Amino acid sequence: MSVVMMENKMTVQLNQEKEQSAGTAIEEKDVVFNTKELNLWYSETHALKNINLSINEKEVTAIIGPSGCGKSTYIKTLNRMVELVPGVRTTGEITYKGKNILDRSFRVEDLRTQVGMVFQKPNPFPKSIYENIVYGPKIHGIRNKKILDEIVEQSLKGAYIWDEVKDRLHENAYGLSGGQQQRLCIARCLAVQPDVILMDEPTSALDPKSTLKIEELIQQLKKDYSIIIVTHNMQQAARISDKTAFFLNGEVIEFGDTNTIFTNPSDSRTEDYISGRFG
Amino acid sequence: MLSKLDQQQYTKRMNNRIRKNSVLQSVFFLSALFGLFVLAILIIRVVTQGFGWIDMDFLTGRLSTDPERAGIMGAILGTLWVMIVVIPVTMIVGVGTAIYLELYAKKGKFQASIQTNISNLAGVPSIVYGLLGLTVFVRLMDLGNVVLAGGLTLSLLVLPILIVAAQEAIRAVPSHLAEASYGMGATKWQTIQRVILPAALPSILTGSILSLSRAIGETAPLTVLGIPALLIPFPNGFFDTFTALPMQIYYWTLDSSLVAEYANLAAATIIVLLVLLFVLNSVAIFIRNKFQHRY
Repeated sequence: MSVVMMENKMTVQLNQEKEQSAGTAIEEKDVVFNTKELNLWYSETHALKNINLSINEKEVTAIIGPSGCGKSTYIKTLNRMVELVPGVRTTGEITYKGKNILDRSFRVEDLRTQVGMVFQKPNPFPKSIYENIVYGPKIHGIRNKKILDEIVEQSLKGAYIWDEVKDRLHENAYGLSGGQQQRLCIARCLAVQPDVILMDEPTSALDPKSTLKIEELIQQLKKDYSIIIVTHNMQQAARISDKTAFFLNGEVIEFGDTNTIFTNPSDSRTEDYISGRFG
Repeated sequence: MLSKLDQQQYTKRMNNRIRKNSVLQSVFFLSALFGLFVLAILIIRVVTQGFGWIDMDFLTGRLSTDPERAGIMGAILGTLWVMIVVIPVTMIVGVGTAIYLELYAKKGKFQASIQTNISNLAGVPSIVYGLLGLTVFVRLMDLGNVVLAGGLTLSLLVLPILIVAAQEAIRAVPSHLAEASYGMGATKWQTIQRVILPAALPSILTGSILSLSRAIGETAPLTVLGIPALLIPFPNGFFDTFTALPMQIYYWTLDSSLVAEYANLAAATIIVLLVLLFVLNSVAIFIRNKFQHRY
């Protein structure tokens, strides 16, 4: 925890002395999201309490915790999707590459272009596979057919689903299996070329085989993207993540290297949870 | 077998339950038959009275007090002109209001008061809309009893129905589709245009069919506006005086005590009105199915 605090403080200073030297720029690049004293209320319910987290670039950060602990709320705050719920209030700040995304002047459209999201339930549009992928590029104004074709191929290859769908790009995405639909949704997310991919329990609706495929995919994606994944499945967190944050009742109980959290947790509640005593 | 019941009790109760089920099934079937029965009588009556009177001269002729020479081209054109006003006005204002209320408006007192008012307006008798149209469009805006005044009045009348239908259509679009779009950096309008409206369109069109059918058949507000039934010239634009098919039916039915053949003319006009309704509905259903089977 203290390491995180130090990092937080460092980033604050770095932000204040922004662009003063090349050295600070390199250090700053390591952190993609820095959350400081974040509180969130759904009307009267205090859902997130004083969250401090610093999430690194090009790593997989897993967020674990029992149902209702605020883990989904937290990642939905990172792309401000949480604002779709009426009556949400936040205090504190989340800096994305040095800028506070909770600030009114930070446009959600900009944020969500850079921070993509994959949802719990596969949610392709009721359109063809091709149209699903080009949706993002099209809303950002890309109309050239050749470029769109290229994006479709690259994105589907990036999500390791190209070989399965290349002969039926113009068929309805609803004809795919659940696991394929979820990989299509990941490909759709890649088509916008975000920096960060948020994943909200992406495998909870999938069978073990599809889950394995998604996990392998996450390992590949980590080379180019920062990934933050909420998961109910502790083995999954242990298998795929570099850092793990344990949430309980809206608070971060423990955050650190996945290895440390799972082998030598410093808080007894973390230990209880990962050893299956509750949750 | 349920342990608390002996065999005799069990059989008795089971028989009762099964009998109750078949009795109710018959009741529901008769209820459904009732509507069909009434409709059949109506159509048979209208067709036997009026079908013989429909010919080319009747459809394309001008109005006349002589039943043998009377035609309803003027009323057909009047109804079509009014629809040309009603369709775009209700679609734009109705769907626009529904989009605002469902997707843009913050849930609060203002939104709630608009919502309540719309629900109340849907229950206001049509003749009251006639008075509103008379005051605002005919007198205040000094349009007179022209196509535009009639069309706007009928638009107001059916707007609440369309708004409520469109709201329900929008609400029925799964939220995870909109979330997928927002998640890629789409604006609200892009999401509405590309995801929500295409998904809601079939239901919106169903609502618009219902409201248009209502507008075509309304008579009361038109009588209040002072729309004439005996009108010789054809309407040629938004600012022409007009008459409409239901008005024609109304006056011919009224005067059938004077000239018996007017009853036949009214019946013939009803057939034309029903066919017109049928055609308009078919077009809407065609558009709806086209969008539904797009993927």
